[in-house]
Amino acid sequence: MLWFSLLVLIPLAAVVVKAAGGGWETFADAVTNRQTFAALRLTVLTSVGVTALNMVMGTIIAWVLVRDRFPGKAILDLVIDIPFALPTIVAGLVLLSLYGPQSPVGIHASNTRVAVFLAIAFVTLPFIVRTVQPVLEEMERDVEDAAASLGASRFTTFRRITLPTLAPAIFAGASLSFARGISEYGSLVLLSGNLPYRTEVTSVRMLTYLEGGDTASAAAVATIMLVVALAAIVSLDIIQRRVARRG
Amino acid sequence: MASAGVQAPRDGIPWVKWLMRLLVIGYLFFLVAWPTSLVAKNTFANGFQGISDALDDPDVVHALQLSGQVAVAAVLINLLFGVGVSLLLVRFDFPGKRILNALIDVPLAVSPVVVGLALVLVYNGRYGWFGPWLEDNGLQVVFAKPGMIMATAFVALPLVIREVVPVLEEMGDDQEQAARSLGANAWQTFRRVTLPGIKWAIVYGVVLSLARSLGEFGAVKVVAGNVGGETTTAPVLVQQKYQNFQQETAYSVAFMLAFAAVLCLIVVALLRPKEAKK
Repeated sequence: MLWFSLLVLIPLAAVVVKAAGGGWETFADAVTNRQTFAALRLTVLTSVGVTALNMVMGTIIAWVLVRDRFPGKAILDLVIDIPFALPTIVAGLVLLSLYGPQSPVGIHASNTRVAVFLAIAFVTLPFIVRTVQPVLEEMERDVEDAAASLGASRFTTFRRITLPTLAPAIFAGASLSFARGISEYGSLVLLSGNLPYRTEVTSVRMLTYLEGGDTASAAAVATIMLVVALAAIVSLDIIQRRVARRG
Repeated sequence: MASAGVQAPRDGIPWVKWLMRLLVIGYLFFLVAWPTSLVAKNTFANGFQGISDALDDPDVVHALQLSGQVAVAAVLINLLFGVGVSLLLVRFDFPGKRILNALIDVPLAVSPVVVGLALVLVYNGRYGWFGPWLEDNGLQVVFAKPGMIMATAFVALPLVIREVVPVLEEMGDDQEQAARSLGANAWQTFRRVTLPGIKWAIVYGVVLSLARSLGEFGAVKVVAGNVGGETTTAPVLVQQKYQNFQQETAYSVAFMLAFAAVLCLIVVALLRPKEAKK
């Protein structure tokens, strides 16, 4: 408990205290700084986009992994975990080799916003798949069969039976994925080029403050990020309860 | 495919299935599999020359050693702490348990840069909360190994706990109570009854933590500063080498890191069925 406080709680508290120590002015300065605001907006919007994509793709991937059977599925299962285990800087390099200047397919996406999207999609890929998969595995197929035998179409079965069961897992994964998305740093360093106003994300902005010795502004931005992450997790939790109730 | 016909009534319309299969494989191929394999290709573009060149570079060797030491230290700390917290969370009731449970996941959601910033603010030798005191007692945390170990431990913190907690919950405490009623003390009960039960969960947790720890970049970069290569870990080195246009070295080190990560995943994948059979 003491170790946990020393390692996690006190340092995080220090960030908030440091940010609050500057009063509202530090926050106001940080947010009204056009470059910081651009970085915040890019980060949040891209993460929302990626999370939406992940909610669809993650569910489909989980469905294929659980319900489908074909040779090479075990490898697919392994591939899902690669973004999680791969060092983030290596993830950036990896994407750069396919979508960068030396791309063998001629797609040159580095230093653009597409690159930011790609990198975040890469690192957040496993979250929804891995939260939905166990739920789908445990789910009784009898219920779906019953619905189908009562004349429900495949789509109706999916919408009324399968989706409500999976919803909590999808939203839990989505909040993890969003939190990870807005905090991503390592994979973006090489790939996005960190152009101010265009492809600079919040983490990079924070590090710039930090390297310039402006810890108060860095702490203010960090606090904003913590609040955004928290707000996202709470609101996704509320949506998830609504969906579960309606289903 | 042969089984597709037999299962048709359950598995639905064939073309939907094929479409989904194709979509998933395509998506994963373009997003993960192909880029990852390109790193291997770039590394071995000149055969083993790139790797052996990289290993001749003292900076690379030093960075790899440092990464290894930091990762092992962080994993050991997380192992002890993780098992302790898991036992605490599952076996004991205390006020604030739910909060602790929620807080465990915090490191997953916090940006590595924020982690680094937080540690710097508290343990910095000049204006940190505890930093000056620790420095007076001869322990430099930030811009040195202890800070890097802490940053790594912070980031990989939930992994062991999240593997061990469900297993402990499933196991129940009947056997432990039986052992205790037969006169075993707490330590004996833990070693002879609890530990064998959670052994595999611990192994996964450790392997996953190791993969995560080896590759931690953002947090370590902030905490380590840049003390003339003294505190450069392997992932930071990849960035430096790449930006200095020593791409071959960067790719070689990146390949080694990626290889270690994939190896960890394969170990976990091979271990899992074993436990299921047990």
